[in-house]
Amino acid sequence: MALLELKNVSKSFGSGSTKVNVLSNINLAVEEGEFVAIVGFSGSGKTTLINLVNGLHFPDQGEVLLHGLPITGPGPDRGVIFQNYSLLPWLSVYNNIKLAVDEVFPKLSKMEKDLHIKKYISMVNLSHAKDKMPSALSGGMRQRVSVARALAMDPEILLMDEPLSALDALTRGTLQEEIVTIWSQNRKTAILITNDVDEGILMADRIIPLTPGPNATLGPEFKVDFERPRIVTEINKNSTYKRLRNDILEFLIEVGSTRRQFSDQKYLLPNLQPTYPGRRAFWKKNVNT
Amino acid sequence: MEAWVNTPDQFILKEDDRADMLVCDKLRKAYPTPKGDYVVLDQLQLKIKQGEFVSIIGHSGCGKSTLLTMIAGLNPVSGGTIMVDGFPIEGAGPDRAVVFQSPSLLPWLSALDNVMIGVKQVFPKASKAEKVEICKYYLDKVGLGNDFHKRATSLSQGMQQRVGIARAFALKPKILLLDEPFGMLDSLTRGELQDVLLEIWQKEKITAVAITHDVDESIFLADRVIMMTSGPYAKIGDELCIPFDRPRNRKEVLEHPEYYDYRGYLMDFLNH
Repeated sequence: MALLELKNVSKSFGSGSTKVNVLSNINLAVEEGEFVAIVGFSGSGKTTLINLVNGLHFPDQGEVLLHGLPITGPGPDRGVIFQNYSLLPWLSVYNNIKLAVDEVFPKLSKMEKDLHIKKYISMVNLSHAKDKMPSALSGGMRQRVSVARALAMDPEILLMDEPLSALDALTRGTLQEEIVTIWSQNRKTAILITNDVDEGILMADRIIPLTPGPNATLGPEFKVDFERPRIVTEINKNSTYKRLRNDILEFLIEVGSTRRQFSDQKYLLPNLQPTYPGRRAFWKKNVNT
Repeated sequence: MEAWVNTPDQFILKEDDRADMLVCDKLRKAYPTPKGDYVVLDQLQLKIKQGEFVSIIGHSGCGKSTLLTMIAGLNPVSGGTIMVDGFPIEGAGPDRAVVFQSPSLLPWLSALDNVMIGVKQVFPKASKAEKVEICKYYLDKVGLGNDFHKRATSLSQGMQQRVGIARAFALKPKILLLDEPFGMLDSLTRGELQDVLLEIWQKEKITAVAITHDVDESIFLADRVIMMTSGPYAKIGDELCIPFDRPRNRKEVLEHPEYYDYRGYLMDFLNH
């Protein structure tokens, strides 16, 4: 039995004429220890999908099953990493993580908790910054805290909702590697939501595209079986990689092209020449006459 | 292209019979610090032909944006010259339109009015109807044909950036400067906007310079990719010509047998 299963799940928001069907007919089975990436356009319902799994939303139709039982609400067995970090700004790095640890492991002694927290802080290379406030950290460092907080709960499933989208390309690359390295150590089940095909290929075992909404649904899955760690410059020469990347991108271009809107009216461009203010316009006039 | 009476020697037509639209000669930018000058760019040479699409890639902080803002005239040069269409630039002007990374629209104006501001400046003698027609033409081209009167704030970021592109093209500039134009958009929306940009560019054949750190974007857009070394003292490290046919179709470009060679070449440059 799959660890997590979504069966014919549909979800809509609003009612009457303003009703929007965000997701329809989602079927997904995630096995234990698997790393699945869901790639989709912004606004297609990726976050809604994650919220169905973490228990913040419930499906209108169909069911979301964890170990074969329906999900009844959020719980520490599913750790979430949000795009906007969602740290408590008045707590230090250490205390942000402590908050989660206190909640999940109330029976640990003070010292055990301390060791536990420090282990995860060092895992994300933040030991030097453990007493800093989130406001004193860069975006990349904040996201590291968020990763440590989710992992410190020792969840069965790690849910990542566009964790790296707000970061610049360089930090993004480093964090992708770090997350994969940490993930490889204990191979927990992980679901990554992303809009970046390359991120999916570098991190996941399986990539499933989400078609643009409304009525978004999952497309055909793409298996990624490259050895980890995957290094972009190396796999770039691999012909399987090229094929895989092109197939995914082309699928997304195909489904994305239906989104383009055209208006019926045609506009004609008046044939006018611009005038540029300043000395050059004056110059030009003198040269010509 | 108009022939100038006093054409300097270096602008005489060469093997590529297009004239140079942009020439940067021994360009230098230094910011004074208490410990002496911090030199961002030094001895930078760059020539871009009329109608060419060039993209510039490099790491963040290497001075790409500094170069672009200097060409735009928003940032004074510390040494060397920048010539546009044969004349040295003097400050910013509508002959060099800029699309910024953040959409930079006036939030209290509609999409149409945001484009209109620039159009009024460069077509002062056009009739009101003609000006509106120009704005509508470009907004329609970027896919906002149904949203002329929506306020900037009620548009999504991708749509705001579309207005930014329309605003730049509507000026009929000699050079289009794009400063990581799609950097804030998700990678799939980015692809759509690249298509929109190339579609209009294909019609107008404006000289364009795009800064990006996305390797795929730089290949898809440009005739020539310029790689900048990391600062300080940044200059042009290498160049790569992208000979793919135009108009370009994303799928065909991806399927081109040499596509991943170009991609690998650029990634190697960035990783060393």
